[in-house]
Amino acid sequence: MTMKTSTRQVDGVAIVDCSGRITLGEGSVILRDTVRELLAKGQKKILLNLGEVTYIDSSGIGELVSAFTTVRNQGGELKLLNLTKKVHDLLQITKLYTVFDVRDDEAGAVKAFS
Amino acid sequence: MFRVCGLVHKYFVMTELRVSYTLDSTLETVDSAEQTASRIAAESGFDEDQVMQISMAVREAAVNAVLHGNAYDPDKKVKLDFERTGSDLVITIRDQGKGLDMEKIPDPLAPENLLKTSGRGIFLIRSFMDEVQIRPSQTGTEIKLVKHVHGSSGDVKEASQ
Repeated sequence: MTMKTSTRQVDGVAIVDCSGRITLGEGSVILRDTVRELLAKGQKKILLNLGEVTYIDSSGIGELVSAFTTVRNQGGELKLLNLTKKVHDLLQITKLYTVFDVRDDEAGAVKAFS
Repeated sequence: MFRVCGLVHKYFVMTELRVSYTLDSTLETVDSAEQTASRIAAESGFDEDQVMQISMAVREAAVNAVLHGNAYDPDKKVKLDFERTGSDLVITIRDQGKGLDMEKIPDPLAPENLLKTSGRGIFLIRSFMDEVQIRPSQTGTEIKLVKHVHGSSGDVKEASQ
């Protein structure tokens, strides 16, 4: 299953619902393009909902890091929502779990944006 | 009856296997290597988490071979071998690239590298497999991945009775 994203707006936050695989190639490119398009529109509060992400590889992890730093460098904030156990474990072993602001409650995550 | 079936199943799981693939240096090879690893790991009796670990390790090794080793060169191939013995699943991936300098691979967990967008492949492979050997081969780089079939000694004994 390839990567799909769909974006909705909640209280000024762009929530990107991601599903499928964030892997080298198409999956990583789709995530990158989605985040870039939001930034180009001036949308700097981005919540990536990874609840339906079934697989992520080192390229996908790199893309999450890239999205995080790109948004931050433009004065915005990127948070992660609803990690599956697989993605959670991957972020734990790569020590990225504490780098990202990881949330499991959408309403609380939206409120947490400054 | 059930006991007999159980023995047959365990015997099947421990059956030795040796299979080899020669693949092009493409992204399709990466997906194919991952899927093949996932299937063979599942058939070898590994649980769901272990199957995921093995398939991810093979995917990362295939990415290294295709991208960093062979650099998508259509004249260069990736060789993927699976060998299942009584106690191990051994997977070997060989490329025809210019070789890998392990000393130049930075530690992805070092604070200064945490926000780098690449350089986690070998680390993930080492995290997921029981043994990892990376060495230059005659034609490029060879990476050997081993996952132990835990508790296999008991199964073998039972199956041989």
